[in-house]
Amino acid sequence: MAERVSEERAERATEREGGMPEVVDAPTIQTDLKGRKPEAGPREAIYELDGVGVSYGGVPAVREVGFPIYENEITALIGPSGCGKSTLIRCLNRMNDLIPTAAVTGKVAYHGQNLYDDEIDPVQVRKRIGMVFQKPNPFPKSIYDNIAFGPRVLGMKGDMDEIVENALRRGALWDEVKDRLNTNAFGMSGGQQQRLCIARALATEPDVILMDEPCSALDPISTGRIEDLMLELKEDYSIVIVTHNMQQAARVSNMTAFFTVELDVEEKHRTGRVVEYDDTEKVFTNPSDERTEAYVTGKVG
Amino acid sequence: MEATSAGAMGGPRPDLYRKRTRRSTGEAAIRYALLAAALISILTTTGIVISLLEETVKFFGDVGIGDYLFGTKWTPLSGGRSQSFGVVPLVFDTLYVTGIGLLVAVPFGVGSAIYLSEYASPRVRKTLKPILEVLSGVPTIVFGYFALTFVTPTILKGLGLEVGSFNALSAGLVLGVLVLPTIATVADDALGAVPGSLREGAFGLGASRMQVSLRVVFPAALSGVVAALVLGASRAIGETVIILVAGGQTTNLTLDPAQAMQNMAAFIAAASRADIPTSGPEYGAIFAVGTTLFLMTLVLNAISIRFVRKYRQVYE
Amino acid sequence: MNTVAEASLSRKVVERASTGQRTRDLMFRLALLASLSVGFVVLAALVIDVVSDGASKLSLDFLTSFPSRISPENTGVESALIGTVYLMILCALFIVPVGVATAVYLEEYANRESRLSRLIEVNIQNLAAVPSVVYGILGLAFIVRGPLGLGPVLLAGALTLGLLVLPVVIIVSREAIRAVPSSIREGSLALGATQWQTIWKQVLPGALPGVTTGVILALSRAIGETAPLLVIGAATFARFNPDGITDRFTAMPLAIFEFISDADTDFRAAGAAAILVLLALLVVMNAGAIFLRNRYERKW
Repeated sequence: MAERVSEERAERATEREGGMPEVVDAPTIQTDLKGRKPEAGPREAIYELDGVGVSYGGVPAVREVGFPIYENEITALIGPSGCGKSTLIRCLNRMNDLIPTAAVTGKVAYHGQNLYDDEIDPVQVRKRIGMVFQKPNPFPKSIYDNIAFGPRVLGMKGDMDEIVENALRRGALWDEVKDRLNTNAFGMSGGQQQRLCIARALATEPDVILMDEPCSALDPISTGRIEDLMLELKEDYSIVIVTHNMQQAARVSNMTAFFTVELDVEEKHRTGRVVEYDDTEKVFTNPSDERTEAYVTGKVG
Repeated sequence: MEATSAGAMGGPRPDLYRKRTRRSTGEAAIRYALLAAALISILTTTGIVISLLEETVKFFGDVGIGDYLFGTKWTPLSGGRSQSFGVVPLVFDTLYVTGIGLLVAVPFGVGSAIYLSEYASPRVRKTLKPILEVLSGVPTIVFGYFALTFVTPTILKGLGLEVGSFNALSAGLVLGVLVLPTIATVADDALGAVPGSLREGAFGLGASRMQVSLRVVFPAALSGVVAALVLGASRAIGETVIILVAGGQTTNLTLDPAQAMQNMAAFIAAASRADIPTSGPEYGAIFAVGTTLFLMTLVLNAISIRFVRKYRQVYE
Repeated sequence: MNTVAEASLSRKVVERASTGQRTRDLMFRLALLASLSVGFVVLAALVIDVVSDGASKLSLDFLTSFPSRISPENTGVESALIGTVYLMILCALFIVPVGVATAVYLEEYANRESRLSRLIEVNIQNLAAVPSVVYGILGLAFIVRGPLGLGPVLLAGALTLGLLVLPVVIIVSREAIRAVPSSIREGSLALGATQWQTIWKQVLPGALPGVTTGVILALSRAIGETAPLLVIGAATFARFNPDGITDRFTAMPLAIFEFISDADTDFRAAGAAAILVLLALLVVMNAGAIFLRNRYERKW
């Protein structure tokens, strides 16, 4: 683990600066947290979650989730497997609708509007809130058509070539693919495919980008590039990311929510809950809850 | 429609309300159109049942159901007093010809399946299995021709058998070849579903391939093989053209395969071409026989599905 | 093999592999091989028989002449061939939209548990097992006579055959649609596409190779069928080409039936030639299906 982290940093440094890798001390979360600047200015919450719970076929998967998500920040959801992080993030853009047995309770307020109100159109929700999945899932079409798909089905006006180029630029992919826009997306490497999926989500001009373990299927170099991309994107978008990689959460996120699984004694279900939600730095250096501490220091999970 | 919000910095509050847009009505309409298409299958079954029942009920008004089911004289197209609607010979002939067919299709079909599943190398399998598929793609009229102009004159008479130009043996044998690929394919699937660990265990004990195939794999796949046989029987019972062309126009309540025989499906086809009034019992007989045939294949199909479910359950 | 008991057991087993067993094994293997060869031998005999009987009668004239009851030298299959081609086209126009729509409904819209879906699925399974002659009765009662009352015309034949092979199209299309991974659907929906947009622009294009192969196979089956056409009263002898979809017709299997029903060996030879034409058509169609499958099949 230790070698990997330092290799990662070495490779990224070499990539970016073309110079000598930084000298690093024994890699710790401290190293990842170093150099982060506190957020300036007033923070507006774009999401306010209140008592959100999801159950599949009557079995609760996650419950009592309530915290705000701030604009132009990266919010990380961390915790061991099976505590409902992916389930929760899929509530933010109504993707749980696709699962027939899923039932969502509570309020998911987006700019004050509960997304689960009867009058809300999930299709409109998903235009504004994009999603990137764990395994890159480009369409079996050309790079151009992948990016253009969203704008086309949504009837976006404008010059499609421009839209595609903008999206690819914002996704830090333009230079690599500008000469082969008409080739099939499946010909790209895993890391490129994932950046394509990010660019594809950007093409519909969302406000929020949800990322469900976006790097877990990728190699360290691609992971680094996507993390850099995330830091760039947060200037214009709000990002929520589920990750198993604590170092990643420490590197990129502003706020972190730690999930764990609790045994509900009466019903004998193991249900996910948010135990702690705070500034990332605090969660990793001085967590309030002992379960959080156990997880981030590597004792469990 | 909705206020656009471009990228996020404090943009206008997005309007997410569902509206009765052309798009959403369109989506609902599409769903109904697709459902309507899906209902055609139900309509087809209903249509089959109605078309059969209506005339069959009328038929039993003219000819008593007892006379039909238990009568042993089947001469529906004869005029006058020799006209009789006892279906027993027709059903007997159907089962008899099917029986001959199964005598061919079952051993050779199951044998083929065992060879393909237990003995053949993947490459051999890849070459041979498609040939079986080709066989099942040959139109039945071609089989009928083969039975009439080759099997009867050349083979049977060549073997010295005294058969008529139209005979049950010829029709039955070729019927067997028609059904063989079906049995072979389904049985092969069933054998293939047996987990390799069973074979390995047996081989590990020193059993020969024959012993493994017969004593271990085959019994394990038995319900699937039975499903294959029942499926084959169902197909054979309903086959029209081979019997029509090579079996002849008469029903004979006899065990002599050299005689001409006609099965239910061939009768239906032959009678519907004959010049008969739609008001008489001859017309209704077509439907009564159709109903009988339909019920028989329905039952066989249900049995086959039961067996398929059994063998699937064991290994999934 | 580490215990003494196991060693002695294995010795017994090895001893059992005596020549007696080996001979039986070999005989068994040969018997199985013989079973397999039955199918192939018959197929070969069939082809040789038909070719030897009918090849001499094949000619361009044969394809462009109408059948003759009088003269076996001048008889031809033009009307039957045209009829078959028309049947194939009309049948395709029916089974493709209905079959694919049914498959889409069952895979993408229907609630799997609902009674309606189960009913539709059971129906399709049963319909696939109904003898073709019963479809002829259905066609006779409802399409040729009865409510549609079209008479024994092209459209009636095409619809009857279409209903016969519809289950095949539905089953194959469902498999092709199911093969499209759900990650594609999720990606599309997450971008804000509606369900139908996702199906039309992502799922169906992805399923297209499989569906096409299935349709070609279904059509191959349809144009080889004799019984349903006999029952609905289509002609086995026609000295005219159909003018339109409401015109009477004949088709290749029917013409073959007519030829071989004649005791005259010359006419029967014409039947063999007609069989060759039909088989050639089927070979082309199936080869096309295989080619398309190999070229365009998507490995997800």
